[in-house]
Amino acid sequence: MVKVVEAPEGFEGQGFFATSLDKVIGMARANSLWPLPFATSCCGIEFMATMGANYDLARFGSERMSFSPRQADLLIVAGTISKKLGPVLKQVYDQMAEPKWVLSVGACASSGGIFDTYSVLQGIDHVIPVDVYVPGCPPRPEQIIEGVLKIQHLAKNESLRRRDSDEYRKMLETYNIETTK
Amino acid sequence: MSTSSFLDKTIDGLNSKGFILEYILDSYNEHNIVIDANKALEVVKYLNSELGYNFLVDLTGSHYPDKENQEYQVVFHIQNLVENTRLRFKSNLSKDQMEFPSLTPVFSASNWMERETFDFFGIQFTGHPELRRILNVDDMDYHPMRKEYALEDETRRDKNDTFFGR
Repeated sequence: MVKVVEAPEGFEGQGFFATSLDKVIGMARANSLWPLPFATSCCGIEFMATMGANYDLARFGSERMSFSPRQADLLIVAGTISKKLGPVLKQVYDQMAEPKWVLSVGACASSGGIFDTYSVLQGIDHVIPVDVYVPGCPPRPEQIIEGVLKIQHLAKNESLRRRDSDEYRKMLETYNIETTK
Repeated sequence: MSTSSFLDKTIDGLNSKGFILEYILDSYNEHNIVIDANKALEVVKYLNSELGYNFLVDLTGSHYPDKENQEYQVVFHIQNLVENTRLRFKSNLSKDQMEFPSLTPVFSASNWMERETFDFFGIQFTGHPELRRILNVDDMDYHPMRKEYALEDETRRDKNDTFFGR
């Protein structure tokens, strides 16, 4: 049986349905996130399992992997990011169009993990803003799905004006990410 | 590991040229030869052209901060694939004179290995075509495998001495 997402709160009558634009757009975005997998190590393997038939991320509307940052909504960073890779990751993030979210999968992406060493970036949040952190070394597919669901929750409840706010712009500026306007 | 007659020929040849400062046959039956850094290129040229050592297996460095005037070492392994003979060469360098001749005129393979050794130990390979960092970020301002630098990343904020002994 196909389960369809429930309609947001609103007024319903014969032949019409009224609700706020925020809610409709939030619902649409949350249920059609296009992830960009930035997988560098074992967390990437777990992510592949998450995409596979057993766990099947497609159930949540995220089966369309985008390997072009231009078309992606969700950057999934799964694995150790070395300092040399930091600028590359930042460039990928820069190239994504708003609205965009970042999911940090595993201990390495979140904090450097066991690689407490001079060559490894101690958490991708040194370079780009992160929305949701998934703990684990590596996390199980269930945990990654939970992380994606948290991102969906953020996408669903985000104000349409958030990305234009000064607060958001200032947050990006703390990462030295150029903002338009 | 190798036919001993060919090995004897090699050692005799190196001896007659005066290249061997010290020869150690270790407990794994591997042949360690200490040579003068300034003569390293000559040694390699001789082994390559006269004795058919045609494969540079590895080239790297090491740091012994307590050995006075021999703080750094360049180690390279070289093999004759026909005779199946492998030799390990070591050259000691003082920290004030960290120069070693580049082996690139004989073995192109040494190009990246020398860049790696420079990257991690700061050993200068004279005559290298393009001696710049290969693995670490370009703007790194030290050579991380030297013992005076901590392994850990100093920017990490979630660890402290109480729990992690840093």
